[in-house]
Amino acid sequence: MTKELLEGNFAMAEAAVRAGCEAYFGYPITPQTEILEWMSHRMPELKRTFLQAESEVAAINMVYGAACTGTRVMSSSSSPGVSLMMEGLSYIAGTEVPVVLIDVVRGGPGLGNIAPAQSDYNQLNHGGGHGDYHQIVLAPASVQEAIDMTVLAFELAEKYRNIVVVMADGSVGQMMEPAELPEMRPVTRIQGDWPVTGNVGRPPRVLTSIYIDPPAEEVYNHKILNKWYDIQANEIRYKEYYLDDADFVVVGFGTAGRIALTSVRAARAEGIKVGLLRPITTSPFPFSQLDELSKRAQGMLVVEMNTGQMLDDVRLAAKGRLPVEFYGRPGGMMPFPDDILGEIRRLAHTPLTTEGDPRKRWMDRVRTGELMLR
Amino acid sequence: MDTPQTEVQTVYIRPASLSGTPTHYCPGCTHGIAHRLVAEVLDEMNVREQTIGVAPVGCSVFAYNYFNCDFVEAAHGRAPAMATGIKRVMPNHIVFTYQGDGDLASIGMSEIMHVAGRGENITVIFINNTIYGMTGGQMAPTTLPGQRTTSSPNGRDVETMGYPLHMAELLAQQPGAGYVVRRSLHDPKNIRQAKKAIRVAFEAQKRGLGFSLVELLSTCPTNWGVTPREALGWLEEHMIPVYPLQDFKVIPTLAELKF
Amino acid sequence: MQTEIVFAGFGGQGALFAGQIMAFTGMDAGLAVTWMPSYGPEMRGGTANCQVIISDEEIGSPLTRTPLAAVIMNLPSLDKFEDRIAPGGVMIVNSSLVNRQPTRTDVDWLMIPAQEIAESLGNRRLLNMVMLGALLQKLPVISIEALEKGLDVHLPERHRKFLKPNIEAIRQGAAFARGELTVEATPGANGHEPEVIPPTSV
Ligand SMILES: Cc1ncc(C[n+]2csc(CCOP(=O)(O)OP(=O)(O)O)c2C)c(N)n1
Ligand code: SF4
Repeated sequence: MTKELLEGNFAMAEAAVRAGCEAYFGYPITPQTEILEWMSHRMPELKRTFLQAESEVAAINMVYGAACTGTRVMSSSSSPGVSLMMEGLSYIAGTEVPVVLIDVVRGGPGLGNIAPAQSDYNQLNHGGGHGDYHQIVLAPASVQEAIDMTVLAFELAEKYRNIVVVMADGSVGQMMEPAELPEMRPVTRIQGDWPVTGNVGRPPRVLTSIYIDPPAEEVYNHKILNKWYDIQANEIRYKEYYLDDADFVVVGFGTAGRIALTSVRAARAEGIKVGLLRPITTSPFPFSQLDELSKRAQGMLVVEMNTGQMLDDVRLAAKGRLPVEFYGRPGGMMPFPDDILGEIRRLAHTPLTTEGDPRKRWMDRVRTGELMLR
Repeated sequence: MDTPQTEVQTVYIRPASLSGTPTHYCPGCTHGIAHRLVAEVLDEMNVREQTIGVAPVGCSVFAYNYFNCDFVEAAHGRAPAMATGIKRVMPNHIVFTYQGDGDLASIGMSEIMHVAGRGENITVIFINNTIYGMTGGQMAPTTLPGQRTTSSPNGRDVETMGYPLHMAELLAQQPGAGYVVRRSLHDPKNIRQAKKAIRVAFEAQKRGLGFSLVELLSTCPTNWGVTPREALGWLEEHMIPVYPLQDFKVIPTLAELKF
Repeated sequence: MQTEIVFAGFGGQGALFAGQIMAFTGMDAGLAVTWMPSYGPEMRGGTANCQVIISDEEIGSPLTRTPLAAVIMNLPSLDKFEDRIAPGGVMIVNSSLVNRQPTRTDVDWLMIPAQEIAESLGNRRLLNMVMLGALLQKLPVISIEALEKGLDVHLPERHRKFLKPNIEAIRQGAAFARGELTVEATPGANGHEPEVIPPTSV
């Protein structure tokens, strides 16, 4: 196959189709409605299931139902809609059925706006619905990655019977880039020992998230945590740029990460030895890679389109060994490369400390006007 | 020759209950008419300062900019719940929601049913334009059979996408409902009748007569892909046969009122 | 080497499509490209715009504060982008609709009566291609021949019949930029009606 110029939302939708997604349930919300709209014509054309649900609450529960039958199923939404899905996601986690969700994150909280943002990092990576569970979160930064992550999402979901979220943002969703779609793979149903398909010739199966006996629930909690350690051991993905000889490390995921790449190149041109680590799985998070980097670098800069959410994970990895600084644009604002370049220069040329709270330092600089927001 | 004596008469002014902020609605959209009718009624009843509006998520999300009274902005579909909260703690105020068909009949179905079921003493202005305007023209629960939208590209197929929901008829079934009617905004005569109905709905609330709702058949020329004039004709020709303009519930005390 | 170009105008003037054709052509030449539209609230401020980046290595940021070039189709777009163009950059301005000249002296700018040229070709919708032709004459990131081929390959089927006029528009735009074509802008003759854009979505 050759490269085509593809829009991110469309590309993720078609990638899901080609990955053998057999059913899609969703509800319109900007900036991901193109996914729903593409599915509304593409799925019926292929005699697969498309349904516009009455709400995101309903959509995720439709997904839950279809997933229980071993069908490759997905939904897509954006921040306010994903908030509504949290209940359903918790039940899905409590039942261990594979589900893929694309979240094209937008500015918040509340109704917020439809501009690109990364403000749901905590919700997707650390929070989510009630109860003790983890979901895999993939953070594409380009249209090609969005395609590849969508395909990978289905594979990981089924391999681990786990929720996988593709955490995009409005920029990845609306941007066009040359990219290659995968070959169409046939639709198949999972043949494990768990899907409910009617008990012809076998004892009935029950899929439920209820463990009324606390000891049984405890065992289940242990089980899914152990599974999570498996996932951590095998599925961490990230991309490194110019890190071999780097004295300074920029860390950013998704769109913020790729914007930082331009800044890192500009800083290199000025002779600053700086590199970039762009986590692709933000959950599981590349803790050990950052742990290693924190042993040899002199300073880190975390760049996000929020007020510092992944920052906490980076600090956990850095263990106070080196100064960690933060630069963020929340609310649907995107930083320009020269904004981040200024922060890299500051990292390289001013005395830094491992003391205090980097988020507070950043906020104080914004508040006092020392850091100009343009 | 004598100069003819002309008597200057005000025939048209902006109601005090409208703020004067230019709306962001598309040319020919009937949201603006509905706003004006509500504002005129609030003026006539002299309740503007006792009124709290609840804006929905949809094209009328910024309704609070256009009304000259207190307003809150709800999450998508939740306006009736928010209105309940307000009315329960401010029982002597006039509380109304203004909701589109996606907001009220899709994601907010639960909230609207229960507010009617409880006979919550609020007024709902329900804009039925058979489409999701704000997100760019997807299918709504009120989309007509066969109607093309961006998420029913081959027309609404009732076999897989179901039949349009008739909200006024449905809500009128609830014993808690005091006044539930459907009107249309496609021509001056119908607009006058719509205004009358809105007046009755607010009067019902003022008298504590239970849940009141006026469903207003409206146009969305932008997402229907027609001119404003064509949209009015399309409404009359296609929507009214499916959504008859009727009174579905008028409790006797109200029927006796004269304004 | 990386080139960033902004295309900006009213909805309906073809700014986004002109950017896409540029991106397609860059892709066909084996280069890395990104096409990033402004969407949502910004569209209501009178401008629909996109940024196209063409590069010989993996593209980082899909947006830059200081693009190297701009194709400016209306006045709000000139007001918005004039100060942001990188020194030494290029600006192509639609003089049919923009009633002032740029004030930058460190940018190579050209006022082109794109609408009149398009109308002389029988279709005012060719305005975007006229301006694209002028741009490539001044900033040859890709050749005009490559662009024409790009159009041939990527013009949607239902617009096939416009291929010839599109190519003619590109050539006329380039000819104007070379000073080989003189067309006057008709003052006040800009009957352009901005497209209706539904309210900002939430
Ligand atoms: C939880 C959630 N889901 C989806 C959306 C996106 N959204 C905004 S408006 C809207 C539909 C509005 O349609 P309607 O209520 O018919 O009003 P109209 O725009 O036609 O006036 C949707 C789905 C949202 N804001 N929040
Ligand atoms: S999109 Fe439709 S409902 Fe919304 S303002 Fe425009 S015409 Fe009215």
